[in-house]
Amino acid sequence: MTTGHLHLAVALDGAGWHPAAWREAGAHARELFTARYWAKLVGEAERGLLDFVTIEDAFRLQSTLPDDVDDRTDQVRGRLDAVLLAASLAPRTRHIGLVPTATTTHTEPFHVAMGIATLDHVSRGRAGWRVQVSPRASEAAHFGRRTIPRLDPEFRDRALLAELFEEAADAVEVARRLWDSWEDDAEIRDVATGRFIDRDRLHYIDFSGRWFSVKGPAITPRPPQGQPIVAVLDHGGTAVPYELPARAADIVFVTPQDREDAARIVERVRAVPRDGEPLRIFADLLVFVGPDAAERKARLDELDGAELVSDAAIVTGTADELADLLLDWREAGIEGFRLRPGAVPADLKGIARGLTAALRRRGAFRHAYESATLRGLLGLPRPASRYATAPGRLP
Amino acid sequence: MTPPHRKIHLAAHFPGVNNTTVWADPRAGSQIDFSSFEHLARTAERGKFDFFFLAEGLRLREHKGRIHDLDVVGRPESLTVLSALSAVTERLGLAATVNTTFNEPYELARRLATLDHLSGGRAAWNVVTTNDAFTGANFRRGGYLDRADRYRRAEEFVRLARTLWDSWDPDAVVADAERGVFVRPGAIREFRHEGPQFTVAGHFTVPRSPQGHPVIIQAGDSGEGREFAAANADVIFTRHGTLAEGKAFYADVKSRLAKYGRRPDELKIMPGVTFVIGDTDAEAAELAAEIRRQQVSPQTAIAFLEQIWGRDLSGLDPDGPLPDIEPDLSREVAEGRVRHHDRAAVAERWRAVAREKGLSIRELVIEMTGRQSFVGSPQTVAKSMAEFVAAGAADGFILVPHLIPGGLDDFVDRVVPLLQELGAFRAEYTGTTLRDHLGIAVPAGKEAA
Repeated sequence: MTTGHLHLAVALDGAGWHPAAWREAGAHARELFTARYWAKLVGEAERGLLDFVTIEDAFRLQSTLPDDVDDRTDQVRGRLDAVLLAASLAPRTRHIGLVPTATTTHTEPFHVAMGIATLDHVSRGRAGWRVQVSPRASEAAHFGRRTIPRLDPEFRDRALLAELFEEAADAVEVARRLWDSWEDDAEIRDVATGRFIDRDRLHYIDFSGRWFSVKGPAITPRPPQGQPIVAVLDHGGTAVPYELPARAADIVFVTPQDREDAARIVERVRAVPRDGEPLRIFADLLVFVGPDAAERKARLDELDGAELVSDAAIVTGTADELADLLLDWREAGIEGFRLRPGAVPADLKGIARGLTAALRRRGAFRHAYESATLRGLLGLPRPASRYATAPGRLP
Repeated sequence: MTPPHRKIHLAAHFPGVNNTTVWADPRAGSQIDFSSFEHLARTAERGKFDFFFLAEGLRLREHKGRIHDLDVVGRPESLTVLSALSAVTERLGLAATVNTTFNEPYELARRLATLDHLSGGRAAWNVVTTNDAFTGANFRRGGYLDRADRYRRAEEFVRLARTLWDSWDPDAVVADAERGVFVRPGAIREFRHEGPQFTVAGHFTVPRSPQGHPVIIQAGDSGEGREFAAANADVIFTRHGTLAEGKAFYADVKSRLAKYGRRPDELKIMPGVTFVIGDTDAEAAELAAEIRRQQVSPQTAIAFLEQIWGRDLSGLDPDGPLPDIEPDLSREVAEGRVRHHDRAAVAERWRAVAREKGLSIRELVIEMTGRQSFVGSPQTVAKSMAEFVAAGAADGFILVPHLIPGGLDDFVDRVVPLLQELGAFRAEYTGTTLRDHLGIAVPAGKEAA
């Protein structure tokens, strides 16, 4: 029933998603905080013609504990700011989408929106924003502006999560209004009247909400894509599952455990009312790919002293096995996958070279980039500004 | 043989969103396209400049209650565009103006340390404060901070940022796969800060960056600003463009350093200056006059007058005389820009000058609102700059071109080689970090607790 091409993204985080991945040969873990390290990874993903990469981020050190630092010195600790990292990758790439994480609980919506708009300018239309909340007391203590109770690992405090998601939805609304606040033709450079802009085509956004008010307009002209891509990971555990992505996002990342689960999730996502383009549903999978995938995972589990656990399903297999699994899940309504490589570079290469080739043999993946923008790669049109006046108005 | 000149430091300011950036010129390009930033930054690097500088504006300016429409407007988020520029430059310092009023230390310290990592040690932060509720309308905290509180917040902000930058030992990341040690035990220390502005605790997420701390720049000439710079800054960005003012300012600021245990050469004084280059001095003077006319269009002349007079003067002829009516001192027509403190006195002075020289409104505004700092042949400009520095009026200059993206080309092609011949400017970069270029040491990290 479903044909056409799958969408593929890769989720980059440190040396890979296995906590011991940095100990693999060829991991170059000493270079983790350099631009060169990331440029190599994104270059690999781009040669595989992937739709986009995401970059993880958080206002806390990685930890094995839910809301405290641990004393583990045998795992990667430390991260760079993901939006800036993505910006440094923009001039080093030409086609691949760049989707950094930026959180909404302790940040200024105005700054985040201008950062993503700028990423879209410097990448000439390849920016996205993976929206995330900061639900931990330890993160709140880094800012000292609000109190958040210590994280319950089972997320039983639905009210808190609902509040943080509500605030995230407001932050996205502010960003979207700001991105539209300059109409495309606002800059006129009219020497006769001395006007650089037509100020009737710049708009105050006048957002007023429970957590913040933002007047606008943007300081940055409208991004090349009009609206950069917004993506949200949703485990379906909130009071109203998938409401935030349905309301605010272009892509939802979901975490099915098997094909039946995928079908159930797709049904629940599609049941949430939504305006505009249908939400693109991507499934997250943590993958070890290649002929030696199982050995690699076993070796890393052994080094870490524990079997890998994840919120996403963990898949170990050859590129052909993985390709068959993705196409099977596609039948359940999954349109794309965000693959979290177990170890970098091995599993990244497994995805960018092995998996893409296997999918192409099945007629399910692109042979060349068909668009210069991320919206284009995802099959989304460039929207008009919500503030644009009807065509045919007087100049 | 003349002794070699004192070495000049040079920075390039991306042209700003005000009337001095000329857009009504066929050579004027995009103020937002990345290629414009790339061109200016690469030109500065070709000229062996110390750093590239971006200003900040967090709300579009208004005039008579509406968005000001006569000047270039629209800018990127500074640290994001500088991160992109780090990929297309290798040695050039990258300086962002970022305000302490509408940011939080943990997030901004992370972003600055990130830029320092991505650029291999080329990040700088121009610390500014904002006072007005007008800008605050775009931010969570909103509101207004009085002048003293702005500096108190800035001071504590910078102190806290330094604590965060010092919280990872320089050799924390060992990434020893064999032994399974990624970070050395105890090398990431907990921070705890309790102050009137911020009460925060926890762990920073970014390893100590190549420069230890990004270079700190301060802009602002007030007494509080000078004191803040003497205590905290590596570079001070001033507006004192004349030799006499420059010398007085230089002597004043350098004399404040001792009480903070700092040597005079640990703070570089760099006035923001403009320049016009011609084949001859006479040609440069003609060009300078033409640029001033481009900078002050008839509409811009009236807008300037309205700012002083506090009135709608759109009916006046810009080529005619000043109005007879008195300024309305109860009303401000401009928002989001530096204000004239005593508009009655300014109006009086403007009238006197117009009368004396017989100037029209536009001619008067051209005369009164700015003149290029260095005008002349390449030889004249190089010599004047070297003399300015030799006389103890500055350590170097932040050059503000009037054209995007080509406004620095002539300076780099024609003046820089002469400065190099004079021995007043580096022929090659001798280091890789901005601290290397400025001759400023990496701050010592904290000893392990």
